[in-house]
Amino acid sequence: MQNDPIARDYLFEWLLRRGDSALIMGHRMSEWCGHAPVLEEDIALANIALDLIGQARLWLSYAGAVEGRGRGEDDLAFLRDAWDFRNLLLAEQPNGDFGKTLMRHFLYDAHQVLLLEKLLSSRDERICEISEKTLKEVRYHAERSADLVVRLGDGTQESHQRMQAALESLWPYTSEFFETDETDRAMAEAGLAVLPETLKEDWSEMVGSVLDAATLIVPKTGFARTGGTTGRHSEHLGHLLADMQFLQRAYPGAAW
Amino acid sequence: MQIPVETVWRWLSEVPDPEIPVLSLPDLGVIRDVRWDQDTLVVTVTQTYSGCPATSVINLDIETKLRSEGISKLRLEQKLSPAWTTDWLSAEGREKLRQYGIAPPAEENGADTANAKRANRLLAPRAVPVDCPRCGSSNTERISQFGSTPCKAAYRCKACLEPFDYFKCH
Repeated sequence: MQNDPIARDYLFEWLLRRGDSALIMGHRMSEWCGHAPVLEEDIALANIALDLIGQARLWLSYAGAVEGRGRGEDDLAFLRDAWDFRNLLLAEQPNGDFGKTLMRHFLYDAHQVLLLEKLLSSRDERICEISEKTLKEVRYHAERSADLVVRLGDGTQESHQRMQAALESLWPYTSEFFETDETDRAMAEAGLAVLPETLKEDWSEMVGSVLDAATLIVPKTGFARTGGTTGRHSEHLGHLLADMQFLQRAYPGAAW
Repeated sequence: MQIPVETVWRWLSEVPDPEIPVLSLPDLGVIRDVRWDQDTLVVTVTQTYSGCPATSVINLDIETKLRSEGISKLRLEQKLSPAWTTDWLSAEGREKLRQYGIAPPAEENGADTANAKRANRLLAPRAVPVDCPRCGSSNTERISQFGSTPCKAAYRCKACLEPFDYFKCH
């Protein structure tokens, strides 16, 4: 696929979607450092942020290699503006309270587990390797976030009400997991990835069983917010990048 | 003249893990291969977790050690697959961890199997019996899935009442 320029563009675009979502999720998690409700959670969120940023490095360095213009993972992370990012809108949503951060993380984790399991049989060797490596971490994250969603959902009246509110505000962003476009079709036809829509049933079942146990009600709304994976972002991404990219913007090329 | 790879492994066994210095890099299982490519020594390294902050230090330490032993032509190669697993911790490494106060990964049925089983049942995480590294009691409980580094979880012993780190299965 890398020798054909059109196919290479699809692969590059698709890799950015993987890397950018992990990077932006990781940055959001890192915002909790020093602010989490208890010390153990502070440590856990910082560790998860590290995992996600490490995963972003793997995807983005491969994206840079595929693009072939000499851009490494740092160039892609720090020297692009919002319209060039291909992360899910879900990832860039502000953290809100601890419960909302956990809910967002859980919805994302469940999708990641299912996607990466499928990518283990990609015909691209590097995609297989990265999926094998990151799946192990993501499974552990999913176990944790599912557990906490249940504890908080099926917890006190206050925590239950906050988790239900979090679920309702984030739910419209989950449609984007399953949106399938030309890039996805090209990747699927080449045997490199799966069509996103094919993951929906398993995801609904996995998420549904956890939300059930958490005594939370799955929103009925069909309203969907999408666009992140094609570069149409919410206003939140610009603010996030202003923070994340500050150093490289103020001191271009700074390294240590 | 090419130094035998056994000698290189011995040198590497003198390089401590930067986070858990009682373990050497071979104990941790991150050195996957040592070989000669003509006159260049090639060391293949894998990372523990994608985000492990020690990764670059590990690579730097390997290079520093081998250069100090007189290796001038050296190449470090990074390898992702097969993905690092705690099953690769050496038996000696496990014992060193225990003596250092960190419970080694539970050995039953290997990390990979356990990992796959967990994912299928998000809501029924298996209860791993983890023995307290201080008093040996199995009457312990998990406080948090993450400890001081990505590779550890926080536990507490209900017999001797001490908290401890558990080097989790991965």
